[in-house]
Amino acid sequence: MAVVFEKPHALADTTFHYCPGCTHGIIHRLVAEVIDELGVEGKTVGVCPVGCSVMAYDYFNCDMVEAAHGRAPAVATGLKRALPDNVIFTYQGDGDLAAIGTAETVHSATRGENITIIFVNNAIYGMTGGQMAPTTLPGQVTQTTPYGRDTNTAGYPVRVCEMLSTLSGVALAQRVAVDTVPHINEAKKAIKKAFQNQLDNKGFSIVEVLSTCPTNWGMTPTEALQWLRDNMMPYYPLGVYKDVEEGVKK
Amino acid sequence: MAGINMVFAGFGGQGILFAGKVCAYSGLMEEKEVSWLPSYGPEMRGGTANCSVCISDEPIGSPLVLTPDALIAMNIQSYDKFIDAVVPGGVAVIDSTLVDKKTERQDIKAFYVPATQMANDLQLQGLANIILLGKLLKETGFASLEAVEKAIAKCVPPRKQHLLEPNMRAIKAGMEA
Amino acid sequence: MKGNEALGEAAMRAGCRHFFGYPITPQTELSAYLSKMMPKVGGTFLQAESEIAAINMVLGAASAGVRAMTSSSSPGISLKCEGISYIAGSDLPCVIVNVQRGGPGLGGIQPSQADYWQATRAPGHGDLHAIVFAPSTVQEMVNIVFEAFDKADEYRMPAMILADGMLGQMMEPVEFPELKAHTVEKPWATNGHKGERKHNIVNSLFLQPQQLEDKIRERFERYAIIQEKEAKAEEYLTEDADIVLVAYGASSRIARSAVNSARAEGIKAGLIRPITLWPFPVKNIQAACKSAKAFLAVEMSMGQMVDDVRLAVNGDHPVHFFGRTGGIIPSPAEVLAKIEEISGGAK
Repeated sequence: MAVVFEKPHALADTTFHYCPGCTHGIIHRLVAEVIDELGVEGKTVGVCPVGCSVMAYDYFNCDMVEAAHGRAPAVATGLKRALPDNVIFTYQGDGDLAAIGTAETVHSATRGENITIIFVNNAIYGMTGGQMAPTTLPGQVTQTTPYGRDTNTAGYPVRVCEMLSTLSGVALAQRVAVDTVPHINEAKKAIKKAFQNQLDNKGFSIVEVLSTCPTNWGMTPTEALQWLRDNMMPYYPLGVYKDVEEGVKK
Repeated sequence: MAGINMVFAGFGGQGILFAGKVCAYSGLMEEKEVSWLPSYGPEMRGGTANCSVCISDEPIGSPLVLTPDALIAMNIQSYDKFIDAVVPGGVAVIDSTLVDKKTERQDIKAFYVPATQMANDLQLQGLANIILLGKLLKETGFASLEAVEKAIAKCVPPRKQHLLEPNMRAIKAGMEA
Repeated sequence: MKGNEALGEAAMRAGCRHFFGYPITPQTELSAYLSKMMPKVGGTFLQAESEIAAINMVLGAASAGVRAMTSSSSPGISLKCEGISYIAGSDLPCVIVNVQRGGPGLGGIQPSQADYWQATRAPGHGDLHAIVFAPSTVQEMVNIVFEAFDKADEYRMPAMILADGMLGQMMEPVEFPELKAHTVEKPWATNGHKGERKHNIVNSLFLQPQQLEDKIRERFERYAIIQEKEAKAEEYLTEDADIVLVAYGASSRIARSAVNSARAEGIKAGLIRPITLWPFPVKNIQAACKSAKAFLAVEMSMGQMVDDVRLAVNGDHPVHFFGRTGGIIPSPAEVLAKIEEISGGAK
């Protein structure tokens, strides 16, 4: 019988701990498919964040390092400087990348570190039970914004791709989503490009993936996907914010 | 224990740390134990600067010299700060162009050398520090002249080789002062 | 050569090609030296955006299996504590230099030894240790850099060199030993499995309490071996000493001068100079207990190492303390006065 569907080799054959309807699983799969298609599993080292994907080191078959909260880009920098011919990626959530790790994110980007960052934005802190994230939308109710995010006291959400696209070290900054099949296909293309850029020594590449958190948003998976389209996409428009074809490395 | 502990003190920019370095290297050239410890921090930027230099036959204990056997003072502040700390029987070499005081101490040998004026007169601008070092060498014999010359050759960076000869002249001018 | 520069040169000769740092007085010459020299050998010198980033870059490079180093001074080390904990929890080797200055807070920039507790008790959160070395001369800084890298690799743990502003800034003659090859196998390194082995994971997260306890107990068995084998001290005139001074780093040099002065006065003083602070050279102290009548810890702090001296002496003899803090280096005369006081006046 012909095999028409199987797990990518780079994805571990284990049960994920993610909640039902969470889109981390899709994004993991896309990353693993790209690693397979590029044939780089044997020279890839992934760096996990702190957050829901903290245990992603058990979900990929390449070498993995678990970083402290927000420090994945610094750890990736150390790895890449020691292993310039390997493929180094980080997989980070919004709290990790855009709050506690903002400095590491911005500076690895502006240095043009030749690494790949997969940034999962679901507008909430998932692992700790649904607190406000740096990307939580104005008015969005979370455990720590029970009356909705008040921009007078809690400020405004960070648009990561827009911010990073102003930096000269960034080769690729693209925002995608995984709410529909066409968007998933688009997301995979972006992730593949972000890895290919590294192989071509083009410099810092980040793909921001709009993602859902049905559990902490208090919705069904289908409602969550609709909420993402209705609320996140207007504030975080999909698209390519920066794409330097020749790369940022001299 | 055969050894000498020295303090070089003045303003930042007078080459006081450099003079100390030459002195320490002179000891090194004679295979003695040596140490050179600078003051550091904001005071280096134009304020007072000083360094401790020890030359000894034995391993050096404290590299910080609080009671020097020999002192070079290149400004009033340094003179005031250190002149009473010089050990009885010790030597003080003072740039009298810049310090218009004389110590009342009878138990130390104080030498007043108008080094900054001499440097100007002898076309040795910026080398008052080395003139004073020459005087210190003459009065204490912290090393041989040959060792000091080797030390200068070592301390003057390759891109400033043209300063080698003036430094040598400054040492001799100091010894004759 | 300046102490800070000697540290840099020694690191390169010990096979370190990856340095990540952040500027802070009084350790800057080390960074400056490596920024000049690393590119010449194809190594990495990276000025990070923060101390936190720097130590995490070290974690990344160490994960890859290379010799990695960072350096800072007291306030910066506090920031690095997060990373040091993760490095210890992930069983990674690296070398961290602390050229101590006065604290707490921004403190001052003059030499200090007030980070002893931090280095030996809690260089990060959790049950952990770093091997802590305390050089007292520029030459010893060089030798200790080699040893720190070797021991870090051997035991898969962070090694810290606890220096101070005086040692970092001072210049002394120095010789460099012959280049030693970096030979330790690191089969655990995350450098790409190349399809030849199972994938490696560098990690400090163990959510099952039993798993975490097992992991820590295994690490503490290693720590016990280190305490048994690696504690080091230098002794000076201790054989017949009535009063044994205990001092490390810069203050040990002051103490040595004071011991010489005391001997000249007929007071039988000696000095134990710990070269490793963790593990603390307990055996040297205990051996000295046989003939000593009293101990005197001399530190550039309000009294931190003195705790370890008391633990080692264990009530057998009085343990005195003399210290200056805030960036003040004690004078040999002050220490001598304390020795005289303990011995009941000059003899």
